[in-house]
Amino acid sequence: MRYRAPPPEALLTADLDAFAAVFHRPSGITHLLASPAREILAALVDAPLDLDGVLAALSDRFDIADASRAALAARLDELVGVGLVEAA
Amino acid sequence: MRHVFCVRIGPIGFRVGSDWRAPIDALSDLYRYYPAPNLPDFTVRLEATRPWRRWIRPSIAIAGDYTLPEAAPLPLAQGLLAAEMAMNLQLALGGRRYLLLHASCVERDGQAVLMTGESGAGKSTLATLLAAKGWRFMGDEFALIDPDTGLVHAFPRLISLKNAGIAAALAARPDARFGPLLKDTPKGDIRHMVPDALSVGAMDEPARPALLLYPHYGAASETRGVPASESFVRLTQASTNYVAMGEAGFGALARLVRETPAHAIDYPDGAAAVAQVEALWRTR
Amino acid sequence: MADALILARALADPQSLALDTDWTGLVTMARAEQLLGTLAWRLDGLPLPEDVAVLLADARAAAENGRRAALWEAEMARRALAPLGCPVVLLKGTAFAAAGLSAARGRSIGDLDILVPRASLDAVEAALLAAGWEWVKPDPYDDAYYRRWMHELPPLIHRDRDRMIDVHHTILPLTARVTPDAAALLADARALGNGLSVLSPEGMIVHAAAHLFADGDLAGGLRNLWDIHCLLCEGLEDDPDFALSVIEEAARHQLDAATALALRLTHQMFGTPVKSYTHPARLDLKPRPLDRLYRRRLLARDDWGRPTRPFTRFAFYVRSHWLRMPPAMLARHLWTKWRRG
Repeated sequence: MRYRAPPPEALLTADLDAFAAVFHRPSGITHLLASPAREILAALVDAPLDLDGVLAALSDRFDIADASRAALAARLDELVGVGLVEAA
Repeated sequence: MRHVFCVRIGPIGFRVGSDWRAPIDALSDLYRYYPAPNLPDFTVRLEATRPWRRWIRPSIAIAGDYTLPEAAPLPLAQGLLAAEMAMNLQLALGGRRYLLLHASCVERDGQAVLMTGESGAGKSTLATLLAAKGWRFMGDEFALIDPDTGLVHAFPRLISLKNAGIAAALAARPDARFGPLLKDTPKGDIRHMVPDALSVGAMDEPARPALLLYPHYGAASETRGVPASESFVRLTQASTNYVAMGEAGFGALARLVRETPAHAIDYPDGAAAVAQVEALWRTR
Repeated sequence: MADALILARALADPQSLALDTDWTGLVTMARAEQLLGTLAWRLDGLPLPEDVAVLLADARAAAENGRRAALWEAEMARRALAPLGCPVVLLKGTAFAAAGLSAARGRSIGDLDILVPRASLDAVEAALLAAGWEWVKPDPYDDAYYRRWMHELPPLIHRDRDRMIDVHHTILPLTARVTPDAAALLADARALGNGLSVLSPEGMIVHAAAHLFADGDLAGGLRNLWDIHCLLCEGLEDDPDFALSVIEEAARHQLDAATALALRLTHQMFGTPVKSYTHPARLDLKPRPLDRLYRRRLLARDDWGRPTRPFTRFAFYVRSHWLRMPPAMLARHLWTKWRRG
């Protein structure tokens, strides 16, 4: 299974202190995203990735080394559930 | 309809039609110094629930462009309340030009203080007290944020006083004009107060939001800064049309919480609250 | 007393609006008929009083937000149903928007309506429940009624997005006296390229006509008739004899009478440029005596937004129940409702 994020122009982001408010244009829904949800979306911007690909991107590019496979899968499921990430 | 009254409150125009004369007379009297709109944004209808209920135990069904199925009829004696509730409802459900925040608002030197909180937090009372100290009253129900400019527009409708608030307002503003005392409404005793002439006269002047306050009545005086993220969440909860406004609403709210310092204030009484607000104002 | 004729004229021929138009009445009527966004698009670019222009710009923006939300709902249904591999056909407003049709311009869109094969119904239901949709009413009588007699699952609502979906397996209740050929509608559906599809242009009009007359009491009928006008105009651009194809499609579904009525009414009320035919199919646009009653009902709205003509309305209400359910069943249905108070 691969995960796909919306293109950058589909998201409007307001960085607030504790989280980012992200307006998802195709749905009109506002999401409040903290780490690592934001990094997950950033990791998926260039191309869809599978679970291992996201895991690798998080530790290589975003310095999130403590992400466990199970925890990451759970976060991805949440993002899929709210429609920000598409699983295919 | 048989009886009609049109009024503009800030940038919002209303047309109120009624099967009875009394509610229209009350509105015409209390909104005497307000202008008429060129084109009403919203229509309100105060209708008899059944044709014969125009005369027998007259009962007002609240109708209009937007309605809620759970809006129960009110007796004719509470017609003014019915009209005010219906006008609020139209704006709350139908307003799309401005981001609507359920907040009270006062202004000084072109800069505005927005106060929001749950019912009973005292936002309305505080705005009235600040107006008595020389602030311009911009409204105690909705603050209207223009997504294009970030400015707040006034919506100085009649001030709806409840129960103990009635006597307090009479004491603070003995010179003000008041509507009839409406006893035993679904919200208790209600009396409407007309905002002062200065506030009504200046209602077309928007202001720059300068302070966001979250008052909380019933505790010792305390002030704490509120981060923008918390303001964002609180204000999405306090908006009736944030979702419906889409991208414009997001832009307006993000700008408001990033540009405007915010504080939660606990206060034991009105005088303390006014002092706290004015202290924050000086150091903003 | 004013009726909504001024609104019908404004939609059909915006240039005809006079300078001294009762804008307040027109706006109020349009709002009550869920046509304000449509009116706003029709008047876009015309010289208007400034306040009117501002109010209509708001209405266009609101409709645009509504369109986005409706398309997103379709996308989320697509994601939930994609693994099933069954056809998913969008219906009504969402279909018009997804296909980029002129009927969607400014149109308010309510629930998401989809058509799926009857054989896939159980799988669709399970997939939607797994993806966060929930039953709106847990009432066993209503549920049994829906499953036995209606052309759709009981309505589902999404627990986070608070939006309803109606899943149809045909376009009329099973109790109606005519039985449209749902399999043919599915077979003729046009793919949108993303896994979803919409009915054929002819099928859309037949469905809209069925929806307007056979499946309702004509509430919101003016908007439905405007949909039909827009769909016809677009079809006629590509094929001057498009109305013939529509009538032929209608005959396949035993909906020729309802469709011909819709064509006559939209021709009379909006000036839709259709013409009569005697061959190979028959379409007579000459007004019939009952057309006037339909027009009266469709325009029964005054300048305060109030429904008018209660007797005409009531006649259509009784008629709509009569059409959907054989008479004894109607009595049983009403009895169950009365007894439960």
